[in-house]
Amino acid sequence: MARTRIVLAGEGGQGVQSVAKILVEAGYEAGKEILYIPNFGVEQRGGVSIAFCQIADEKIGEPRFSKGDIVIMLSDRAIDRCTTYVSENSTVIYDSSVCTKKPVCNAKSIISVEANKIANEQLSARVFNIIVLGVLLSATNVLQLSDIKNAMEKALGKKFDAKPELRELNYKALEMGMGLIEKAGV
Amino acid sequence: MVKKLITQDTRMFLTGNEVIAYAANAAEAEFMYGYPITPQNEIMHTWCKLLPKMEAGFLQTEDEISAGFSTIGGILAGKRAFTATAGPGNVIMQDAQSMAEMMRIPFVCAVMQRGGPSTATVIYAQQETRLTCFGGNGEGFRIVYSTAGHQDLYDYMIKAFNTAWKYRFPTFMLADGYQGKMREPVTLYDPASRGIKMVPTVATLGGANGSRPVNHVRNTFNLEEELMEVLDKYQEEFDRISPEIEEYLEYKADDAEILVIAHGIVARSAMTAIDELRAKGIKAGLFRPITLRPLAVKPLRAAVKRAKQVLFTESANGQLAQMVLEKIYGLTTPYSTLYKMGVGVTGDDIVQKVESMVKEPATV
Amino acid sequence: MIEMLEKGPRLAKAQNAEVGASKFCPGCGHGMILKTLAQSIDELELNDKAVFGCDIGCSLLSWNYMNVDTVQTHHGRTTPVIYGVTRANPDLVGIAYMGDGGGLAIGSQHLVNASVRSENLLIIVANNTNYGMTGGQMSPTTMPGQKTETTPYGRDCDVTGRPAKGAEMVASIADPNKSFVARASVSNLRKLKTTFKKALKNVDMGGFSFVEVLSVCPLNWRTNNVQTWDRLKTMEEFFEVKEFVQREGLE
Repeated sequence: MARTRIVLAGEGGQGVQSVAKILVEAGYEAGKEILYIPNFGVEQRGGVSIAFCQIADEKIGEPRFSKGDIVIMLSDRAIDRCTTYVSENSTVIYDSSVCTKKPVCNAKSIISVEANKIANEQLSARVFNIIVLGVLLSATNVLQLSDIKNAMEKALGKKFDAKPELRELNYKALEMGMGLIEKAGV
Repeated sequence: MVKKLITQDTRMFLTGNEVIAYAANAAEAEFMYGYPITPQNEIMHTWCKLLPKMEAGFLQTEDEISAGFSTIGGILAGKRAFTATAGPGNVIMQDAQSMAEMMRIPFVCAVMQRGGPSTATVIYAQQETRLTCFGGNGEGFRIVYSTAGHQDLYDYMIKAFNTAWKYRFPTFMLADGYQGKMREPVTLYDPASRGIKMVPTVATLGGANGSRPVNHVRNTFNLEEELMEVLDKYQEEFDRISPEIEEYLEYKADDAEILVIAHGIVARSAMTAIDELRAKGIKAGLFRPITLRPLAVKPLRAAVKRAKQVLFTESANGQLAQMVLEKIYGLTTPYSTLYKMGVGVTGDDIVQKVESMVKEPATV
Repeated sequence: MIEMLEKGPRLAKAQNAEVGASKFCPGCGHGMILKTLAQSIDELELNDKAVFGCDIGCSLLSWNYMNVDTVQTHHGRTTPVIYGVTRANPDLVGIAYMGDGGGLAIGSQHLVNASVRSENLLIIVANNTNYGMTGGQMSPTTMPGQKTETTPYGRDCDVTGRPAKGAEMVASIADPNKSFVARASVSNLRKLKTTFKKALKNVDMGGFSFVEVLSVCPLNWRTNNVQTWDRLKTMEEFFEVKEFVQREGLE
């Protein structure tokens, strides 16, 4: 049974849940079974934000899982909180341009990306999370780029229509994110 | 008459809280009374967003005490009304819930459990199981459905209204923060398309215009015997209707040597675990009570009797187990426990526990 | 003379003829208030529209007093039950009947919020300055120096605070364009009836009404007739009897 378990964690305000929503919406539209739990605490802003996503071909049982297949950490605190979701079968991805440390865990592979740096230097700080979405798309490899683009249209279409250059910027961010993983050769 | 939004089967990708609002509309609910508390807020949000299209009503009250009591008011006025709450809100709503029990008011409430005791977490737990089944200063004349995902939320929210109005016992849909906040696909439908007819509502207060004698309804009695006479009748009725209401689900339980007993969302983790265990050659199975009040005692006892060991697992410290153990008195199947208070139980957790039970069988 | 005798007792249509002997203590104010309320309902012909809710405490004994649909609720909870009713069916005239404990202590959050929202109902608080049914404890409206079971040496306002003035509080927060807020007394039942009728008319027009009625509790006060009357007069000096808010167009 093909099931991909994803943990996506970062600081509140980094857009973690927005990315997760686009990803699961794309999966749903592509006919996959999906289960998405946003982690939510008492803080509206500023805490560690975690999205637990499952994408599968068959009906999903457990809503929460112990270990992720892909674990993405976008801050030092996310590394601290989410190392527990890593097993020897996990692929760990962290943003070395945000984190000041490296995750220490027994994983299948640990990959560093510099989404934040690329966003700031080459695109716009606002599309940091879309670069992460691209990273996620490549790393999971269960959805098509077109699925994600359709879901982005659904979520951001109105903004895109008002400012067409935003569409271009977001697509570019998405593709650059995908490229980061392809370079790492996962 | 409210307008139904779902007229044909519609597959949607929703949060559980959204599903509950849609289900209430499908059940032709006319009014929601509520007070903000996480993780049930989006039931109210969705209901309010849909209000103009449904031509239904909503009141945000000053607290859960008044949410409970005004729901009772709406029901007594003859409306299919409901409320939803969680955690500390569920605690203070017990006042109204016990009045509904005593006065046989078809009270419908969705409970989205969060961590406890006290404020604890706003996230998830199964720690309101005992409270929802036996809260208040009463005897638990309540019907409680425990759901395990979005299709359940839709099906049982609709069913809750009919159970409540048919039998006139307060009826609860016991879910949790995960189910409220998580998103998964669900098929919404018009209950009529499944042969479900909504039980008509009746007004206790108002609207008679001389067509019936005046109603005087109360929850106070002067004498002890007067009270017992009423409660004995309730108990007799509760026992008599229980077989019509009881629901449970067995998963690979027929030949199970290790029987997992779990309710709600934890039962889903158990199903994942059972598939894995079976693949490893371990005969595990599941008994999931869907109604926690009343419990389906006969099939429960039969399943426990067939098994060599039982595992109780909950996101609480054995609240369901306590209720089950009382009902399986006399059986000698040993049991073990996996309790995670206020924390989700994963498939891996259950796999590891069952494997340890194979190596070292339970003795209790 | 003979003709007079042939007339039955003057029972309002809105009173339950089958209730039998009064359940209230001798000299209690509740009977006077309820009878006046029933007459007001009759005179406005609201018998089919009226829905009556009573609280816990002595007011609960009114659960079958009225010849209108009635629900007896929990302590302090009559207000939310009745606004729950009228929210669901705005054609009804909802009446929530309670004592000073139910209105101003255990149910005060409902009173405050129902006033602020100016819910469509009439709230009647029968103020007899103590908890009668539970045996005469201090209530929010117990007078300074008044002896109760929990203030056996007299209410000391330095310790327990000052008596709550319900009508003044409600008047300060209710929507003046929707509300009628008054304090009346059982010392003048004719005036009480006028007050109730205004209050009920306002509710029938979709408004919010609050009437605090100064009442008497000879049993717990341990007063004879003269003392009871004197106490009521003292209360009327402390709690001003008047109409505080009257929306435009209400007569």
